[in-house]
Amino acid sequence: MADAATWKDAAEIDALLATMAQELAALCQARGIERPLMVGIHTGGVWVAEHLHRLLALEDPLGFLDISFYRDDFTRIGLHPQVHPSELPVAVDDRAVILVDDVLQSGRTIRAALNVLFDYGRPSQVLLAILAERDGRELPINPDVVGLHAELEPGSHIKLSGPDPLHLERRGAAPGNADQP
Amino acid sequence: MNLAAPGLQQPNPQLDAQGNLRHFLTLDGLDRALLTDILDRTEGFLSVARQPVKKVPLCRGKVIANLFFENSTRTRTTFELAAKRLSADVLNLNISTSATAKGETLLDTLRNLEAMHVDMFVVRHADSGAAHFIASHAAPHVSVINAGDGCHAHPTQGMLDMFTIRQHKGDIAGLKVAIVGDILHSRVARSQISALNTLGAAEVRVIAPRTLIPTCAAEALGVEVFHDLREGVTDCDVIIMLRLQRERMTGGFLPSEHEYFLLFGLTEKRLTTAKPDAIVMHPGPINRGVEIDSEVADGPRSVILEQVSNGLAVRMAIMSTCIGTQYLAGQGAERDRPHD
Repeated sequence: MADAATWKDAAEIDALLATMAQELAALCQARGIERPLMVGIHTGGVWVAEHLHRLLALEDPLGFLDISFYRDDFTRIGLHPQVHPSELPVAVDDRAVILVDDVLQSGRTIRAALNVLFDYGRPSQVLLAILAERDGRELPINPDVVGLHAELEPGSHIKLSGPDPLHLERRGAAPGNADQP
Repeated sequence: MNLAAPGLQQPNPQLDAQGNLRHFLTLDGLDRALLTDILDRTEGFLSVARQPVKKVPLCRGKVIANLFFENSTRTRTTFELAAKRLSADVLNLNISTSATAKGETLLDTLRNLEAMHVDMFVVRHADSGAAHFIASHAAPHVSVINAGDGCHAHPTQGMLDMFTIRQHKGDIAGLKVAIVGDILHSRVARSQISALNTLGAAEVRVIAPRTLIPTCAAEALGVEVFHDLREGVTDCDVIIMLRLQRERMTGGFLPSEHEYFLLFGLTEKRLTTAKPDAIVMHPGPINRGVEIDSEVADGPRSVILEQVSNGLAVRMAIMSTCIGTQYLAGQGAERDRPHD
């Protein structure tokens, strides 16, 4: 059995989200982005995006992406049983998009999410906001704004539980549960 | 008539050792959880049609062969488009002009296609059990989907009908559903009845002339039998009209199509005894003025064209589920791994 331990509780995550919102606002201002479109990646990324969207008081509704149909490991693990339809409420063409996810490790989810996004249109630029990043990158993807960084031992991983309250768990390696490829 | 599923031994040959869907041959023997999973997955695939790029890379690099031994434009087109939207390479084999017509056996044709690294056969055949036969002889890495075999089964049509009902009614459980028409020759009706019973419909009725219904229908299919349309559709939530399968009728099953329409054709007037929010379905192609009046087929209760749209998403869900299963054996632990 994998052991799970609360790593960051709701209050700590609220503080992280507040800081992330400030950094995102500053980044948008520095880049001259006036009306970014925020898109969360199912499931944890949507929870984080809902908070950031509210803190930044963005005008356009939040978008949702499900990367299940774009995963590069489909032929090895099959189709995810729960697929949420992707929904982008407005066109992404020529818009600055803030892509939001909960945890960044290998970078494969973000690669897939970018593919989904570009099947909906051609954004002018994409910013990446991540609640928690850890070591283990397999693709050259790094966030623009990140809540916290962690070095974890091989076989461990981070999981966001939610949606209310949000809390981060660090889970240890289980026998036979190897790290993300 | 043999109403049993041909080749359906225990354990179910459609499932792998872990209970995952490897072939899709009949709805008989598939449990409620598995059917519900397919319907849930279909919801996700509906959104692909709303994307500017109506394609996902799930089956990129896979080869899907449409083996249509029996003519069908709509079903073949839907399977082809579904496969292409999954980014698979598609082979459409016109069997009437292919090697089988030159004397090659079906199994030799299959072996040749397998040598071309085909990953899935979509099979339509006039003989009941053909898809089971092909599945039982296919290589272990190849999945088979039944696109209609004789009078036996048309499971993808059955699932798209369940999806359409669920879209409009929220849940299959508790519904009263009437299936009207040529039950005797209808593989669609068999698949619908099987799925409706598995998914918990309160009552499944079949309405037909005595000549177009198996004598043992009530016991073998688990349905209520009616021979009067008005009585049969009373209080129903869903009315499914079937096409008269004239090409399968070898004897004088009906005095005339005109008389059939007078007694069993669905008109607005005959719909008055059904529930006010009842929906009308038809697997197509429709014979206007034979099974259904144009006023009903094009009316507000008709969901016939939605069935066609949903057919694409359902077939994407089923094809990708089977392709995904091909690689699952022995890798159960990987399913739970995070992908971040």
